[in-house]
Amino acid sequence: MSAAKYAVGIDLGTTHCALSYVELDADTESEQALQEVLPIPQLTAPGSVDALPLLPSFIYLPHATELAPGDLTLPWAEQTAYALGEFARSRGALTPIRTVSSAKSWLSHSGVDRRADILPQDAPEEVARLSPLQASVRYLEHLRDAWNHRFPDAPLNRQDVTITIPASFDPAARELTAEAAEQAGYHQANLLEEPQAALYSWIQGSMGEWRKQVSPGDIVLVVDVGGGTTDLSLIAVIDREGKMEPHRIAVGDHILLGGDNMDLALAHVISAKLMQQGTQLDPWQLRAVTHGCRVAKETLLIDTGQDTVPLVVPSRGSRLIGGSIRTELTRDEVRRTLIEGFFPQVEASARPIARPRTGLMQLGLPYAQDAAITRHLAAFLGRQTMAASELPGFRESREGASFIHPTAVLFNGGIFKSPLLSERILDNLNHWLAKEQAPPARLLSGADLDLAVARGAAYYGRVKRGGGVRIRGGTAQSFYVGIETSMPAVPGLEPPVMALCVAPFGMEEGSAANPLPQEFGLVVGEPVRFRFFESSVRRTDEVGMMLESWSGEELRELGEIEVSLSAERRNLGEVVPVRLQAAVTETGTLRLEASPVEGDERWKVELDVR
Amino acid sequence: MDHKTPSFPTRIALALSALFRVLFDPQFASAVERIRRGGVPISAETVQAGAEKPAPPPPLLKEAGPDAALQLLGLLQQEGRFIDFIEEDVAGYADAEIGAAARLVHDGCRRVLREHLTIEPVREETEGSRVTLERGFDATSVRVTGNVVGEPPFHGVVTHRGWRAGGVRLPKLAVGHDVTVLASAEVEL
Repeated sequence: MSAAKYAVGIDLGTTHCALSYVELDADTESEQALQEVLPIPQLTAPGSVDALPLLPSFIYLPHATELAPGDLTLPWAEQTAYALGEFARSRGALTPIRTVSSAKSWLSHSGVDRRADILPQDAPEEVARLSPLQASVRYLEHLRDAWNHRFPDAPLNRQDVTITIPASFDPAARELTAEAAEQAGYHQANLLEEPQAALYSWIQGSMGEWRKQVSPGDIVLVVDVGGGTTDLSLIAVIDREGKMEPHRIAVGDHILLGGDNMDLALAHVISAKLMQQGTQLDPWQLRAVTHGCRVAKETLLIDTGQDTVPLVVPSRGSRLIGGSIRTELTRDEVRRTLIEGFFPQVEASARPIARPRTGLMQLGLPYAQDAAITRHLAAFLGRQTMAASELPGFRESREGASFIHPTAVLFNGGIFKSPLLSERILDNLNHWLAKEQAPPARLLSGADLDLAVARGAAYYGRVKRGGGVRIRGGTAQSFYVGIETSMPAVPGLEPPVMALCVAPFGMEEGSAANPLPQEFGLVVGEPVRFRFFESSVRRTDEVGMMLESWSGEELRELGEIEVSLSAERRNLGEVVPVRLQAAVTETGTLRLEASPVEGDERWKVELDVR
Repeated sequence: MDHKTPSFPTRIALALSALFRVLFDPQFASAVERIRRGGVPISAETVQAGAEKPAPPPPLLKEAGPDAALQLLGLLQQEGRFIDFIEEDVAGYADAEIGAAARLVHDGCRRVLREHLTIEPVREETEGSRVTLERGFDATSVRVTGNVVGEPPFHGVVTHRGWRAGGVRLPKLAVGHDVTVLASAEVEL
């Protein structure tokens, strides 16, 4: 790895990917390295290739007769069986049954087998489906090929690559991302949480000014709203031997709610308005309206002098003037739909409204049920009241505070180009802070909203080599295996489960926890499953700690984990006493291993099983 | 033929020296060209003699290839419904209806121009301001009209700032891609 010439950051997004890079020269001390964004060649129409800064995360699986020979030619490949990028997105909107989208959300959905060929979800029999893992591999392969095409002398597998993931990704989703990178031929790519990447990008972009904008004792709230997800993190700044050191102290839950939901919400407002006038929009027109709303929304949110933006729904046929429908989007509609719908003014005690799910819901993605980002934020801050209490230099968490008090806010994501939305969040937060006699939070300015994540990831590659400021933190959860207690079976009553802490909070990359003191008797050749839990609030539990009960908010159940003792050196059916041990790899994934009490064998515990 | 075929190493040396002579010696290059067309090798004297004949005059006008034009037209249609708009008969529509469609066309075509071309004004001065054109001004980028007499410097008023394409970035096309299809017909199954 010492031969790496570039640090490469990849934003593997739900709706778009981007790649940024920075040269790893001798001047690693500087925080001001020149950063570039790789234009990514991709199909923009059949037989037409253009290099764009963003690669839409869509794969289109065409019918054999659908395209002419050569229509899928890329600069580095004659023929491919699928289209990826802009053309896949535009064609896919017209034929959704052949389009893979939101693969990243599926990758983090523990309710499905993420290695099974399930995408597109509603594809007919004849379409060869992809697994969420395979789709991620293809995006990474495309980025790899684009890189190698541009830099034939510095292939990507020899560069220092960092791939970003939502801070809320569970261990299985992290491992699947690392596995996708491995399959795509990346050599030991690092994983980095997106809100951290956004902060790195801000530090780097501030040209050293960040030291004036934050100081020890600050708690920075990062609000990252992407196309499909909302990601929240808290980063505390502490003083270590005279130097400022940011510590990521908490991350929020995985919220499937993003900018695309907002455009869609506006499109439905328009659609309902036209319905009242007797015009029914078909799915093609609705898509055109969604696109129109995205543009109109930005105009109305940014330019305060305009009260309405005309919207024209184009005809699908060639009669453009005669067939188009004219309507308009008003400031009031945007305000009601977006500001009241997604960013309502709420109290600090507000919590997202959860409706009971029906069993059928599990088939699709677990979208956020409450669209109000401010309520999700209130819940996150309320849950993390104690997050900074153990750090040196932070006043013993304020008496009577009902939520942790951020002192600064960093926004990330294209929707925050509108100051109205970021101000709305800041107003909410400052209203909550004022009620508890805390000073208002500052807005950290100067963030690059679209490409910050990829840029920050490239910067992280340099940081790992000792240049620049590094955010500390380690894992933002503690992990537990569920142990069923022995009790007489009672029909209709599940045996109570105890949670045994196997990995403490805050494990740094490349470190291992102590092995569990408890031993388990595992039967050779018979896979054993454990229930698996995480907690983002229990910060002091040590390995081996047994929880007999907990409140619903404290622990969250993840997918099951499985360990299987191979019969290589042992007899089938033999019972082997083993201990479990957790470690965090250099890449940033959690690894659980079982090892016999006597002997040096090691078995990997699978985090992703169905 | 009174001399033997040269050996392989000799041929390598010959190929290398020939490469450079073709590049830097036009007469040698034209002799090689003649051999390639199947003609007999000719002596240096004949080459000299041939070179003295008046060469055919170079063409004064060139023909622009249609590919880039068709490609740009396809993009304008795809993003801005340009052809649909121009081909439609506007006579029967009210201005408001045409205006609504024009918004779509304007929005899309503008996006195409912004993405694929860098268009900038030739003159930075605002229209209506007085300018002086020095001797040797570029007649392609500035067109003088009206009282065109005497010698520069000329003094006048900018009536139009002009436009210049600072850069063209059209998508690359697959070899054999049919650019004459400006927009595919769509058939919903």
